[in-house]
Amino acid sequence: MTSKAEEAGNFEHDENRFRLLTILSRVLIYSLLFFWVFVSLFPIFWTLTTSFKTAVDVTRGHIIPWVEFQPSWKGFRSLGLSPDTIWATSTVRDEFLKRFTNSVITSIGASTLAILIGSLAAYGLSRFQYRFGFMRNKDISFFFLSQLILPPVVLALPFLILYKELALLDTTLGLIFLYTLTVLPIVIWIMRDQFDTIPAELDEAAQVDGLSSWGAFFRVILPIALPGMVASFILSLILTWNEYFFAALLTSSEAKTLPVMVASQTGSQGINWWSMAALSTMAIMPLVIIGIALEKYIIKGMSAGSVK
Amino acid sequence: MSSNAPSFDDDFEFIPDQITESRRRAGKLLVRVFFALFVGIFALQILYKTSMIGFGFENWRPVLYAYLAWAVAIGVGQVISRGEAGYRALFVLPAVMFVISVVIVPTLFGLVIAFTDYNLASFEGQKFNGFDNIVQLVQDDFFWNAMRNMVFYVLAVFVEYAIAFGLALLLNADIKARKFFRVAFLLPFMLSPVAVSWMIGKSLMENRFGPVARLARNLGWDSPAFFTNPWIARISIEIMDAWVSIPFIMILLLAGLQAMPRDVIEAAKVDGANPWQNFWKITFPLMLPVSATAIVLRIIFKLKLADIVINVTSGGPGGATDTLSSFIFREYRDRSNVGYGTMIAIVYLITIIIFITLLLGFVSKRMQKMT
Repeated sequence: MTSKAEEAGNFEHDENRFRLLTILSRVLIYSLLFFWVFVSLFPIFWTLTTSFKTAVDVTRGHIIPWVEFQPSWKGFRSLGLSPDTIWATSTVRDEFLKRFTNSVITSIGASTLAILIGSLAAYGLSRFQYRFGFMRNKDISFFFLSQLILPPVVLALPFLILYKELALLDTTLGLIFLYTLTVLPIVIWIMRDQFDTIPAELDEAAQVDGLSSWGAFFRVILPIALPGMVASFILSLILTWNEYFFAALLTSSEAKTLPVMVASQTGSQGINWWSMAALSTMAIMPLVIIGIALEKYIIKGMSAGSVK
Repeated sequence: MSSNAPSFDDDFEFIPDQITESRRRAGKLLVRVFFALFVGIFALQILYKTSMIGFGFENWRPVLYAYLAWAVAIGVGQVISRGEAGYRALFVLPAVMFVISVVIVPTLFGLVIAFTDYNLASFEGQKFNGFDNIVQLVQDDFFWNAMRNMVFYVLAVFVEYAIAFGLALLLNADIKARKFFRVAFLLPFMLSPVAVSWMIGKSLMENRFGPVARLARNLGWDSPAFFTNPWIARISIEIMDAWVSIPFIMILLLAGLQAMPRDVIEAAKVDGANPWQNFWKITFPLMLPVSATAIVLRIIFKLKLADIVINVTSGGPGGATDTLSSFIFREYRDRSNVGYGTMIAIVYLITIIIFITLLLGFVSKRMQKMT
């Protein structure tokens, strides 16, 4: 038999233990979180700071700016992008800007094309019953999705020869076609998920009001599906902006994109760390900014359809 | 193509338009005219290129235009000959035709090249060499080596998954500044593998000045080298790829965790069980479907791994880090061996299709058993 006092004591003891455990688990959770923040951000931080380092700072392994080393514009000067060289002529900068523009045109072009035909297909598959030979809606959806497993190498060499014959080798247009293909399955996947959440009654109401099926799609459904379109557009943008394999094989001088330029610089031994870091920084910055600003849409796009 | 075009089946509320016979015929005629035009130009160009006639086009571009015109005519023909049903078919038709032209046609073309000795560096032109490429492939140690490496890379997905699950649980815990952590964890996914190759592979892991090498020296590894020993090189490549892709798995799992009904979890909690036991008894089984999706998707992406390998090690040392894609890339880049490279790619594609089909079959069987 335990007395009341003892019981109260036990209870207090448990309470204390519980509080200690909670604090411990808090500490553990936050230290793990901050550890992974370090893992995720240190390489980005390192690249960013190295682009402001001089040779001595690189070889001595200085890490913290203003404390361990004084930032210099050396890396960006070699790209022609530092404050004192930005107005002067620079062949490196011209080259960089050309590649940057190519990347912008290619990725935006391919993403737009993919959204255009992908949204249409997704809407059709979500609303109407098709029969395409032996294929029904389910099979058509699977046909699109199955393109995901196709590794780029399978298409790369046939395309090399086809594009050579079609005079599409080393053109932005040629790259756009291929990039559209690589992101189309993802766009259709996300958009189908999006259209499925919009009740079909809305289409019917619009058609009762006298709109055609295309009118209902453009005037009524598309505005509602806009978040899904933004999500799939950004996801396409990320994938196409970073694409290297096709660009490396199918472009040489005219349509070369930024990743190919970065890769060609890393290949040469003895390249200056600061200019390489500056180049990498410029290549990743657009996406880092997009990632921070539009994180909500990226996560929406990535998790579309995974939870049913 | 017009014969097996989409048509409607059991859409009960849908009443097909009344199409007159002449209109239907006009639509069919339009498609046929453009198809004839395409075939005509195609034939003309073949004759010209094989020097059987003296006139033709400088390159094959006009054939492409004729093809596009034919594709547009199919769309227009659908509307003319089938009315509203045609309008509806028009939604899905562009994507279907695009994929067929950009995937099926080149893959079939690749199948032809795969049985030739096509080499861009030789002037003799290509000729069929039957099964020579397959024989060469079976005897090619580098091919089998790359295949073994792929097994390692695919198995590493499970490690990535474990880490990603841990991160997703952390993000799903009751924490402050969740958005900050989520953005920070997501950022590596945004970066191009090529940039990552330099940022991590060539500078952080650089043997002399890289911070990772410095850390390794401080921890007692005298002369750290991340890309000279086969196993260390393979693991280094895997770490870089994991760094980029763990956020992808993490986001999928996080979505799964957030979709789980809280009350079910609370109700299912066993009295006296610690969080560890609760996780294995409740959360993990509930997360299995999402986990399967995440792992299968990740394996599919992993099978395309190439950029980092090409840029950091070029497959070295001695092919230890080669993936199939980087191997084929070099086969073309260094030897211009299009015929043999395409054969490897086709064999790889067939292997992937079989593997993924088996994997999906296995997963869906297990899922059925669970529910």
